[in-house]
Parts: sequence; structure tokens; C-alpha cells
Amino acid sequence: MVNKMYRGKTILELRKELDEKIITKEELFSHANTLAHYFQEDYNSFVTIIDKPKYKERDSILSGIPYALKDNFSTSGILTTGSSNILKDYVPVFDSTVYKKLKNAGATLIGKTVLDELAMGGTGTTAHTGIVKNPWDKTRMIGGSSAGSASSVALGIVPFSIGSDTGDSVRKPAALGGVVGFKPTYGRISRYGMFAFASSLDHVAIFSRCVKDASIVTDVLKGYDRLDMVTIKDDNKKYTDTLENDIKGKRLFYIKEICDKELYKDCNDKVLEEVLDKFYELIEKCKNLGFEVEEVSIDKKLLEAIYPTYMCISCAEATSNNANLTGIQFGPRGEGTSVEEIMFDSRTKGFSELIKRRFILGSYILQKENQDKLFLNAGRVRRIIVDKITSLFKEYDGMILPASGGIAEKFDSSSEKLEKLSSRYLILENHLAIGNFGGFPSITIPYGFVEGMPIGVNITGRVKEDDLVLNIAHQIEKVTGCKNQYSKVGDIDV
Amino acid sequence: MFKVVIGLEVHCELTTNTKNFSAAPNKFTDYPNEHVSTVDLGLPGILPVANKEAVRKALKTALALHCKTPDEVIFDRKNYFYPDLPKGYQITQNTKPMGINGYLDIMVDGKIKRVDIHDLHLEEDTASLEHFPKYSLIDYNRSGVPLIEIVTEPCLSSADEAVTFFEDLRDVFLFLGVSEAKSNFGQMRCDVNISLMREDSTELGTKVEMKNINATPSIRAAIEYEIKRQSDLLLKGEKVVQETRRIGEDGKTYSMREKVDALDYKYFIEPNIPSTPISDDLIYELKSKLPELKLERYIKYTEKYKLSDYDAKVLSKERTISDYFEEVLSFGSDIDLSVNFVTTTVLGTLNKLEISLEDFPITPKTLSGVIELVHNKKISLDHAKKIIYESIEKKENPLELIEKQNLHQIDDEDELLTLIEGLMEENKEIVRQYVEETNMGAINFFIGQTMKKTNRQANPNKSKDIIIKCLERRKENEQI
Repeated sequence: MVNKMYRGKTILELRKELDEKIITKEELFSHANTLAHYFQEDYNSFVTIIDKPKYKERDSILSGIPYALKDNFSTSGILTTGSSNILKDYVPVFDSTVYKKLKNAGATLIGKTVLDELAMGGTGTTAHTGIVKNPWDKTRMIGGSSAGSASSVALGIVPFSIGSDTGDSVRKPAALGGVVGFKPTYGRISRYGMFAFASSLDHVAIFSRCVKDASIVTDVLKGYDRLDMVTIKDDNKKYTDTLENDIKGKRLFYIKEICDKELYKDCNDKVLEEVLDKFYELIEKCKNLGFEVEEVSIDKKLLEAIYPTYMCISCAEATSNNANLTGIQFGPRGEGTSVEEIMFDSRTKGFSELIKRRFILGSYILQKENQDKLFLNAGRVRRIIVDKITSLFKEYDGMILPASGGIAEKFDSSSEKLEKLSSRYLILENHLAIGNFGGFPSITIPYGFVEGMPIGVNITGRVKEDDLVLNIAHQIEKVTGCKNQYSKVGDIDV
Repeated sequence: MFKVVIGLEVHCELTTNTKNFSAAPNKFTDYPNEHVSTVDLGLPGILPVANKEAVRKALKTALALHCKTPDEVIFDRKNYFYPDLPKGYQITQNTKPMGINGYLDIMVDGKIKRVDIHDLHLEEDTASLEHFPKYSLIDYNRSGVPLIEIVTEPCLSSADEAVTFFEDLRDVFLFLGVSEAKSNFGQMRCDVNISLMREDSTELGTKVEMKNINATPSIRAAIEYEIKRQSDLLLKGEKVVQETRRIGEDGKTYSMREKVDALDYKYFIEPNIPSTPISDDLIYELKSKLPELKLERYIKYTEKYKLSDYDAKVLSKERTISDYFEEVLSFGSDIDLSVNFVTTTVLGTLNKLEISLEDFPITPKTLSGVIELVHNKKISLDHAKKIIYESIEKKENPLELIEKQNLHQIDDEDELLTLIEGLMEENKEIVRQYVEETNMGAINFFIGQTMKKTNRQANPNKSKDIIIKCLERRKENEQI
């Protein structure tokens, strides 16, 4: 008997079944739709679940494959909220390039996923439609901001989903949800129609359950777009073709100041210890695969500057990027007797406190008297960090680091939360932003479990060498034992 | 009494196919919100795409105004909330304008005045608002239209200078072909900054700003009114308030708002438009294509070609006319005749038929051919002009018309003499009036008859000479 089970299958497996007519795209959609509804109440992955899909028959590897899209990608005729009250009724009139490409490839959109409001935040708890829960443990967060896109893949609802990554918004929830999260080189995929958070850091990124699927989707999405001036000329490579390239002698480094166990010996944190133990186990496995892996040392001050630098740049750009949300052109219009009052009221009601806090920070950072000290200095520090990593990439093919020092946080863990100014928080929990600073291709893949929760490892490579990063990740994936994993939670059989 | 210090900020919409950062058409329409794209509306997720044509035209204008151009094109965001600004920021240039430290020479009262230009930058226009008692409407047609802003140093000292600069700058735009610069369509607008200072002082007075003045007469009226208003205040020992004023329909200015602290626009570099280097080749190319401007041509016409002030002004005022005139000259045509033909026949026809030079059917080459015939006395000036009018009417080439009508002048004196003698035989009464009563009208009569008889081909000067000779001889001989 043919196995008709859908949940947890990869793109290639579904492709084969579609091509052999074992299953139809309508059935695939129906399975995905059933799962989406089934898990919605418990996990809240979606802002909108699509019940009447539009199918397109295309000669493409993604034709008929269900997927989910973060709710900050413009979809013509489909509600797109950015998970914010200020856009709670906004139905766009144009398609983002990513959506258009997936439509043209015949992929079936099954829903728009929940994010931290306007993609600002890393918890998945600030959407206007409620919190997103971790498929591996409902009492825990999955992280954000692409929370729903991460959980929809981790629950096995869809084989892949699209997110946006400005600091670590795909690669971090991928780690905490036990799935793959890939952010290609800046400019590799068009951002047109993706709601801007911090334009110089914003990337389109992909969730999947294996590196190969991430490569398949990247192959479809990548390329120059005349609507996004920062997109780069296509390299005309198929990343799926080079996944099996020999990696013998490829050189990787990890940074002592981030993952040296000695740094944390006073923390008394069993989870962290285990995370790092497993990381070094993986490093050994990498060496066995033929990688050369070395430890390098970077000025700790530079690493501690990553998070404040990220906050300065992202808040400043965000306050400007979101200045179009006034209730004048679109969105709920506030009250008042003058346009100024209406704008003021719309924005007061439309944004949560967290967002307002970021806007105020951003505004302060851009003020004439502060701009050089804060905004421009952040730009300089960004450059120094990128130069440092780029110079290491002259000697090494990639950087490998634990994506996080821990596992997904509990919703009620306020007492356990890390001190925000501790170097452990500043460095271990925020280094993924390096990938955004430099536009480096960067991928997180799962590499084990600690206390029953998944953990992820990150591999970052040279700008424009997306193929090499995917090649390295695909090879490492073979020794993690975590390939194609998803949370088998739920008493549902499709 | 007081020295007047004026600085202008002139905005001009560029002529381009599409808007500055979107693919929406950049053209006039009577229908609100017709030429609008998602980008012009500032919808979530939109991105700007810089318009190459606008960049080239802005650079070209900067070069024509003798500005220093930057090494790369970058844009900045100017952040402020206003309902005519859909993105909540305007894409403009602050870090590296298209041009800095330039100048434009203008002529005021026969003297050349150099107006220093602080900078020229490229930006996008805002939407336009129309206010009603209980609501306002927004028209996004203008949103995103490419706009250049030219900021002068505070170096103008009278309404005359300010108005001349404004008008001459318009001519620069027209000569360069970067804008139609029509004030009545709001394509060219001006902010005026004005302050007064004591003659003996070195300290600038308090600045008053007047916003968005479109028409030249309003600029003049506003400045003259302000000079009087501020002088009166200062003479009374009162202070001028730093403020923004608007000009009313009565030509007076009215306070709009007092300037508190200057607004902080929180400029930063637009991250969505990567910097593009400006190559030396591009600058060379643009420079080599720069036309001579009005004043340069005026000076050339008066000094090199020795034209009168009036003719030089008429011929340098519009680029198409001036180019036409110079092209006629380029065929080696006689300068005086060329001036004569272009200022009377050509311009006269354009006025009469209400057409532009583009629709004028006679090419400079053909005209120079006609001028050549006149110059060589093959055809009279008078007659040549008549032929030109006729050829325009008949839509024919005037040279062919001359050929066809065999209109070459009869220069042969014997031929003319025979003809004239014959005419005198036929009109004895007229000859008698000359011989007996010295009626000078007889000369003109015979000239007219000669022309009529020869189908206007007779050389008028020679005919006249012969007619006078014949009449005089008869008078002497008392022969009728």
C-alpha cells in the first residue's frame, strides 16, 4: 500500500508523489489546511488560514506544494496585517516579489503566519492576534519574529515557509523550533513587498526541515528584481546541484569569546553546558567529515557591541520605515479635528507599547544632536565588525557557532531571563546579527535536543557564496541526526 | 538706509517619462489620482527605484550652473509627518547634492551680476492637498514627481535681481530641456528669504521666509512689500520677527507662523538606493552636450556679431530661435540679412500662425539659400519675404518657388531700359506731369509699372536709377 501520509514530508518526497499521481495538489492543500486549523487554537501559527486556494499548474519543482507566508509579505487581495493593530484590516493591492514568484512556481499558499508586531521582537508574543507557542512544548516560546512561519514548519503543517530576518528573526526561531532557517546573501532575494523594518538589515529567509528543501526554495526565489535596487545579479547557479560537493579541507572557525565553556563556568547553567557540550561534539563530527575547524579569538568589546549596534540601526531605520502608518492612506483612522490629531490618535492606538518604545529610541538616535554619537557610530561599528569577519573569511570558508546558548524560554520565566547587559546575553544570544550586518549567507540547522527541546547550530559564509554555505550545512546535517525532524505532537493522522 | 539681502530656493519639476522613484507616468492630467503607483502611495513593502533620466537631468543642470558635482549619487531621507507625504519621509539629497558651489551670471540694468548657488539637489515632489471647510482631499498625481531644488546664497539685493534670476533660471531649464518650467502649472516655484541690514552693518538682519510663490509678479510684489514693511518697522525702532509669511492676492504678505526652533528632519542616507559612482566619462559626456546659455549668446551676438541690444535679446531669448538663427549663420549667410529674416519673417510667421518653431516649414538651410539670393542681389529683400510667406501658404519650398516662377531678378540694364522706354511711351500723361510739374510721384508710378510688367523680377534699384535717368533726360529735352 502506498503511504499517503503528508505531514512531515519534504518537498522532494511530495514532488515525487505528485508526479506519480499518488496524491493530488488538492489533497495536499486539504491536508495542510486541516493541520493548520487543527493546531491553530493551541499554537496560533496563523493570522489567516486560506480555505479557498488558488491553484496554478506550473512546470516547477514547487508546483502544488503547500507553504506558509509571514504576514508581512504583501499579498494582493489577502489580508496582510504585520501582526499589528494599525494594519488589522489592511488588504494589499499588490504582490510582493516573493509571493509572485511562488505563485508563478505553482506553490499553494495555505496561510499567513503570525509575527512579532511589525517584525520587531524575538519572542513571538507581541502579535495583535496573540502569542505563538513552541510545538515541542506549549509552555514555551518559539522565538521570533517569524514565529508562525517557524511553528508551521515545526508542526509539519507545511514543508517550507517564508520569513523575514533582520537580526535573527528566522535563524533564531528555527533553532528554538528544531528546523532549518536560511537567510541568503543580502540582495539575493528581492524584498519588494516585504514590510520594511530596517532596510539595510532586512532579508527574506526560508524555513524548511532540511537543507535541500531550503536550497530548492532559494533556487526559485533568488535573482535580480528591478523593483528592489539592492538585489544583485543572479549567479545563475542551482544551489541544489552543489549540495553534495566534497567539503574535505574546507575550513571553519568558531569564536572563543562566544562559545568557550570557560566563559560560563560560573553560570551554573546546566542547559548552557549541555548546549556547548553538544556543540563541541558536533565540531568533532565535522572534523570527522573532513572539515578543518579552528578556534579564533576576537576582541570581546567588539562582540559586545553587536547588540547595541543592531538596536541603534534597526530602531532608527524602523521609525522612518513605519512613518507611512498614519491612518491617512490606509489602516484604521483615528479621531481628531485636524490631520495631525488624526495621525497622532491612529498611531497611539495602532501600535503596542513595545513598538512605540522602539520608535522613540529610533527617533532619539536620529536626532541631530545624537546622530553622530549613536546612529553614525553604530554604522562605523557595524563596518568594523563586518571587516573583521570578512578578513577571517579570507582564511576560512565559514563560521560555525551555536545559534543560542539555551533552549526556548518558558512564557512565565521572567525570573530566569538573562540580564540584558550581561556579556552572555549580549554575545551568545545576539551574534546572529553579524549575518545581517554584512549581508552574509547564514543558515541555522538543528543539531540535537536539550531537556527535550531542540537546539540549533549556525553556519555563516562569505557574501555571495550561498552555494558553499548550503553545501557545508547539507554535509553537516548528515551527522546531526536531526534531518527532517518535526514535532509529532497532536492526535491527527494525515 | 538699509541693505536688502535676498536668497531664493527655487523648485522645478523635471520633464521625465516616469516619476523619480516609481514607474508611474510623470505627466499632467486633469483627473486626480490618475498617475499613481503603489510606490507613490507609500504602501507597506514598496521600494524606490531611482530614475536615471532624472539623475542625468539634475546633473546636467548642476553642470550648467557651474556646480561641483559629487563622486557618487546617493539619496537621503528627510523625515516628517504631513498628509501630503505618504511615506512619512521625502527622498531627497542632503549628504551629497547633485551640485554645490555654483553660480549663474545674470544681467541687471546692463551689468552682469554673479548669483552664487549654494547647492542643487534632486528630490521627489509631495502630493497636493485641497482643503474644504469640513474635509481635505489628497491628489497623489504629483507625489513622486522629480524635483530639483536650487538654493542660492543670500546674495541678491533687490526685487529686480531676484526676479531676473528667477526668470533667467527658467531660461536655463528651457535651454537645457530639463523642464517646461511652467509657473502656472506649479512646475516652477520659489521660496524667498529676505532680511534687511543697516548700510554700515556687517551683521545680517532677521530673516523672513515667504513660501511657495509661483509667478514672477508675485515674487516682485512680495519682495517690494517686505522691503517696505521691514524698513518701516526698523525705522520705528521695532524688531522684525523671524517667521514664515505668505503672499496674499492683494500683493501684501501675511504672517503664517513664527519660526520656533527649526524642525529636525533626522536626515539619514536612504538605504534602499545603493550608491552609484559618477564616472568622469559621464560628466564629460554631459558637459560636452551643454548648450550655450542665454547670456553667453547675448554677449556673442552683441560683441562678435555686433547686433543691436534689441536684436541680440530677441535672438537669444529662446533656445530654438537662437539655434535656428545660428544654424542659418552656419551656412555662411550674411549676418544682417539673417537677423532681418529671422526677427521679421520667421518670428512674424510664428506669431501670425501661432505655431512653434518646430512646426515652421522652412529649414535654416533653405532660408540661407534665399538669403544668399538676396545677398547676391538676385532677388529683392522685399520680394524674397513675400515668396517666403507664399511658400508657407502653399506648403512649397521657397527656392523651388523662385525657380518655378523664374523669379530671378532682371539685372540687365539694356533689357530694363527697353522695357521702361516702352512704359513711358504708353503713359505719356505721367511723363508730362514730371516734365512740366516735377511730380515726383511719377518715379514710383513707373517703378510699380516695371515691377508689374516683370512679374516683380526687375531689380528695383537698377529700375529706379534707369527710370530717373529716362525722366530727367525727357525733362532736359522737354520731350514727352
